Amino acid sequence: MTPKRKQKLFVILGLVSLAAIAVGLTLYALRSNINLFFSPVQIAAGEAPFERQIRAGGMVKEGSVSRNRDSLDVEFTVTDYVDDLRVHYSGILPDLFREGQGVVVVGELQRDGWLRADQVLARHDENYMPPEVAQALEEAGYSPADYQAKAAEVGKRLDAQGDGASQN
Amino acid sequence: MWAFIHKLGSPKWFYAISARLQPWFWAAAALLLLVGSVWGLAFAPADYQQGNSFRIIYVHVPAAFLAQSIFVSMALAGLVFMVWKIKVADMAAAMMAPLGAAMTFIALFSGAVWGVPTWGTWWMWDARLTSMLILLFLYFGVIALRGAFASRDSASRAASVLAMVGVINIPIIKYSVDWWYTLHQPATFTVTSRPTMPVEMWLPLLIMVLGFYSFFIALTLMRTRSEILRRESTKRWVRDLAAEER
Repeated sequence: MTPKRKQKLFVILGLVSLAAIAVGLTLYALRSNINLFFSPVQIAAGEAPFERQIRAGGMVKEGSVSRNRDSLDVEFTVTDYVDDLRVHYSGILPDLFREGQGVVVVGELQRDGWLRADQVLARHDENYMPPEVAQALEEAGYSPADYQAKAAEVGKRLDAQGDGASQN
Repeated sequence: MWAFIHKLGSPKWFYAISARLQPWFWAAAALLLLVGSVWGLAFAPADYQQGNSFRIIYVHVPAAFLAQSIFVSMALAGLVFMVWKIKVADMAAAMMAPLGAAMTFIALFSGAVWGVPTWGTWWMWDARLTSMLILLFLYFGVIALRGAFASRDSASRAASVLAMVGVINIPIIKYSVDWWYTLHQPATFTVTSRPTMPVEMWLPLLIMVLGFYSFFIALTLMRTRSEILRRESTKRWVRDLAAEER
C-alpha cells in the first residue's frame, strides 16, 4: 500500500469511527426514549408519568385475566416477575393475547396505580414450534411460554428421545 | 489469491471471470428459491401460536438479511473504490443499491403484513422498525447522490462516503432488539447458538436465505457487466468485443 493510500484509509476509518462515536453517544443519551415501553418495575419506581399516554410492557400474568360477560371489558395483570401492573381495557384483543404471553399496552397510568389501556399489542418470541411439539411440551409438564428459558434443556431432552422434532 | 483479486479489479478481467461465474449463481438461485419457497410455504409445519401467518418468515427474514448485507457490501466496495481507486468496485456498489432498497422495502412490508395478525398493529416506532426505516432512507440517499452530481467521479465519492458512514446503522439494527425494549422479538438466527425452532422449520428458511444471497450475487454480476460495457464503451477491448458480436 502506498503511503498516500494508507493515509486515505486512515482518514476514512477515522471519519467513520468519529461518526460512530457521535451516534453512539446520542443513542446513549436518548436510551430511555428509545425503549418502546416501561416495564412494571419502572412504573412501580415512579419513572412513568401519570395521566399521559405511555406504553407499558411485560408478560400477562397467569390466571390474572378476567373478562366481563356482557361487554368487551377485560382486566389483566402485566408482570415482569418483579412488579405487577393492573390493566383495564375495553376492546378487541389480538389473536396472540393469552396468559403467559408478552404484551405491550398503550394507555394512561392512573394515580391509584392501574393503567387504562387504549390499545393492546401482542409480542411473541423467536421460538417457533409446530403444534405437535407444543403439545408434547405441555404433556411433559412445560408450558410453551416457558420454552424460552428452558429451550436448551428441552431441546436436549427431545434430542435424547430421538423425537422427530430433534434439532441439530 | 491476491493475483485473482487484482485481476478482478480490471474491468476486462472482471467481465471475463463473471461470465463464467454468473450461470452457476443463477442456477443456484433458481433451484434454492424454488425448493425453499415450496417447502416453506406448503410443507413446513405451521406455528403453534401464529398458525400459517408464521410462513411470512420465509420471505421476511431472507429479505432483512440481504437488506443489511447489501449495505455492508456497498460500504466495503466504497472503501475499495476510495482507497485503491478500483472502478469496478464503484460500478458494483452503484448496481447493488436499488436491489438493497428493494429488499429493505420487502422486509418492512412483509413485517407490516405479519404484524397485523400477530402484534395487532402494522407499525410501531420501536428501535428495530425505525432503524430499518432509516436504512431504507440511507439507500434512497445513496441512489439520489449518484444522480445528483454532474461529474460521475464526485457522485461516486459522495455515495461511497454516505455508504461507509451509514454502515454505523447496521449494528444498531442488529442489536436494537437486545439493547432496548422493542415490540420486535429477538433474532431467530444467530451464529453462536442453534435456532430454537425445529429442523423442519429452519431448514427451508436457511435454503431461502442462501437462495436470496445467490440471487443477489447473480444479479449484481449481471448488472455490473452491463455497467462495465456502458462506462468502458470507448475502450479498445469493448469495441473489439462489439465487432466480434456483429
